[in-house]
Amino acid sequence: VRACAGSRLGAAMMEGLDDGPDFLSEEDRGLKAINVDLQSDAALQVDISDALSERDKVKFTVHTKSSLPNFKQNEFSVVRQHEEFIWLHDSFIENEDYAGYIIPPAPPRPDFDASREKLQKLGEGEGSMTKEEFTKMKQELEAEYLAIFKKTVAMHEVFLCRVAAHPILRKDLNFHVFLEYNQDLSVRGKNKKEKLEDFFKNMVKSADGVIVSGVKDVDDFFEHERTFLLEYHNRVKDASAKSDRMTRSHKSAADDYNRIGSSLYALGTQDSTDICKFFLKVSELFDKTRKIEARVSADEDLKLSDLLKYYLRESQAAKDLLYRRSRSLVDYENANKALDKARAKNKDVLQAETSQQLCCQKFEKISESAKQELIDFKTRRVAAFRKNLVELAELELKHAKGNLQLLQNCLAVLNGDT
Amino acid sequence: MAAEREPPPLGDGKPTDFEELEDGEDLFTSTVSTLESSPSSPDPASFLGEDISTNSNGPKPAEVVLDDDREDLFAEATEEVSLDSPEREPILSSEPSPAVTPVTPTTLIAPRIESKSMSAPVIFDRSRDEIEEEANGDVFDIEIGVSDPEKVGDGMNAYMAYRVTTKTSLSMFSKSEFSVKRRFSDFLGLHSKLASKYLHVGYIVPPAPEKSIVGMTKVKVGKEDSSSTEFVEKRRAALERYLQRTVKHPTLLQDPDLRQFLESSELPRAVNTQALSGAGILRMVNKAADAVNKMTIKMNESDAWFEEKQQQFENLDQQLRKLHASVEALVCHRKELSANTAAFAKSAAMLGNSEDHTALSRALSQLAEVEEKIDQLHQEQAFADFYMFSELLSDYIRLIAAVKGVFDHRVKCWQKWEDAQITLLKKRETEAKMMVANKPDKIQQAKNEIREEIEEWEAKVQQGERDFEQISKTIRKEVGRFEKERVKDFKTVIIKYLESLVQTQQQLIKYWEAFLPEAKAIA
Repeated sequence: VRACAGSRLGAAMMEGLDDGPDFLSEEDRGLKAINVDLQSDAALQVDISDALSERDKVKFTVHTKSSLPNFKQNEFSVVRQHEEFIWLHDSFIENEDYAGYIIPPAPPRPDFDASREKLQKLGEGEGSMTKEEFTKMKQELEAEYLAIFKKTVAMHEVFLCRVAAHPILRKDLNFHVFLEYNQDLSVRGKNKKEKLEDFFKNMVKSADGVIVSGVKDVDDFFEHERTFLLEYHNRVKDASAKSDRMTRSHKSAADDYNRIGSSLYALGTQDSTDICKFFLKVSELFDKTRKIEARVSADEDLKLSDLLKYYLRESQAAKDLLYRRSRSLVDYENANKALDKARAKNKDVLQAETSQQLCCQKFEKISESAKQELIDFKTRRVAAFRKNLVELAELELKHAKGNLQLLQNCLAVLNGDT
Repeated sequence: MAAEREPPPLGDGKPTDFEELEDGEDLFTSTVSTLESSPSSPDPASFLGEDISTNSNGPKPAEVVLDDDREDLFAEATEEVSLDSPEREPILSSEPSPAVTPVTPTTLIAPRIESKSMSAPVIFDRSRDEIEEEANGDVFDIEIGVSDPEKVGDGMNAYMAYRVTTKTSLSMFSKSEFSVKRRFSDFLGLHSKLASKYLHVGYIVPPAPEKSIVGMTKVKVGKEDSSSTEFVEKRRAALERYLQRTVKHPTLLQDPDLRQFLESSELPRAVNTQALSGAGILRMVNKAADAVNKMTIKMNESDAWFEEKQQQFENLDQQLRKLHASVEALVCHRKELSANTAAFAKSAAMLGNSEDHTALSRALSQLAEVEEKIDQLHQEQAFADFYMFSELLSDYIRLIAAVKGVFDHRVKCWQKWEDAQITLLKKRETEAKMMVANKPDKIQQAKNEIREEIEEWEAKVQQGERDFEQISKTIRKEVGRFEKERVKDFKTVIIKYLESLVQTQQQLIKYWEAFLPEAKAIA
């Protein structure tokens, strides 16, 4: 049962794909599998049906299908940019009522700089390589660009789906505005002053977090969760980084196959002996095997690196939840002390009592929902890892078998000839 | 990964590299092929043109300075006594108990590499199948192995001794299976001798492996890390390929020096490889002269075949270099991939440890194990990438340099012939002038002299023409043979390489198939 309908990206993006539908659907399954447990219902379905990459921004078409009475229509679309997603995310964070929930992590900013730079460099170096090489590399880089593009779309989509699946967050007014309001939300990005404020806020928060985390929790469940999350978060971070590096090395090796294929081709066309055919066949092999190797790298990136990256962000969100709970616990304890003092002095007792009650309620509310959230987090996580690891293994097998077939066929031909 | 470097063109000497070397070493263990070898096709084995020994007042040619084989430098230091002394301690034969106790036993080589030294012997398996009628009616059946590198001696005087094993049914050898111990400079010496005898008459003499000062120094100093074991293995494989190529050449196989190298338990030290000897200095001077000559010779090529072939080899050279660079990059990235995979495996194991869901935790640990095994695979594949593919290419890049050298010799041969013709012409003109002049008393003696000279030069012209025709004929044959070998070589090695890729994929399938149920078991 999936929370989001298939992501039908615009036709323009299907061009330049090496292989057909396979590529796209695997990616889809990939990112959405991260939240495989999300309950979907006809009540609210959100997806990104199209996306357009302009000079320095990406425009996402957010498509909603809903039977809820809150919306004017049953199906509608709006165009949103990255900053508006961030605005929505931040509005959740800042909302006290949501303190007890794991806020779905914000999607990372679309970053095409590296890819664009490469394309530019290629353009500059056009004169220094053969036409065939140039076309090959251009195709490669375009495929890379496309892959990054699809990834960023998927990540923005996942964010929306998570919100739509959350029983409380899906009712958020800002969320509905985000989905429905078909004008520009005019959420300008944060200016320097605000960014500076954020920076300080974060510093305070982490300092505070250290203090607050020193407070030992009476509750075993939360104590365990805290220890667990701290360690887990760090290890996921490490694993994510290493997975990234591994994937990139894989891609470099695949790129080398490309160049080797080109060189062999040149040798094959120029050689005066009967080895030409041989070289041409091997060149062809390298070209084909390179595609498979590139795919292996891309799949590892999706199933492993992206998975780890996502849970890096989610575990951070979970840690934030714990922090908020600890914070509220400290506030509660302080309110208690204040109440005692007030009673002792017999001054402002009523005020102290109300304050203490509020703190108590807040703390208990957070604790209750936090417990459920953390349990859900674990369930989601296990399911996501399972799905991705299974898919990773299946894909690796598929590619290895494909490669093997390719190599064996080629060898049969070569051995037959010689 | 040690790079196989092509010797830079003349004039690019980097003097400063060797400043630190001590006094008293003879650094001029040159493997320059021949007195007449053209500088445009430098002997791929390093040619040292740098005078670093402060004792020596030798010339400082602006020659190429390549990595040195330090083993030879310092070994010779102990014999500094006299460069003319031809003998030194005989190389130990492969007697059961060598008098030299290896400082580091053969376990110097990491077992993994040992088992993976599939490169060299495998490549030339086919030598058994070859039937070469030319030699002496024997079936061409000779197999050479280079193995068991052993460190002999200590510190900077140390050197590596390799066991050279020959298995053959050829009648020219006294036994059918025998082995000797040789050191690197012996190989260089062999090449030097062969080159000096055969290169200038048009035979393509396979070049010896390159020297490397860095690699050898590490080995000497006793650094037993993976890079020095890699270096030794690389060299061992290169020496083996070198010998295999050399014995496949029917003419070279007949050479007594080659036989002596393979057979005799004691080998006289290769003196002529020392450039400070008279021969060495002469070589250097000639190389410089050749450089100048090459630039000024303009040959009237009457045979289009040669021009065509030269162009083809030029193209081939370029293409091979490009391919080689790409393959080297692949080796590098594959090694990187291996390292990154290993790092990821460790990280995944840690993650598995901290995961509190039991089944997922176990699956992550399994993933870590799979990745670790895959890391091994990558390493082995990188090994194959290098030893099969990359080394094949660098061998051929150097071989083509030798081919180019042979073409240049032909040009020089032509020049000699041409010069002789010019001189003859001049002498005839002189004679003619004498005939016309009227000085009866002196004239008869002078006439006789000039007559003699003319006859002498006529003979030289004839000889020159014969030589030129001979070298042209030889080159044609050699090039034909070379091309055939090249085709066979490439096909065989590349197929072997592809088979290594097949193996890797098969292993990958095994590993992932084992992991899949583990992943599915997460509940």
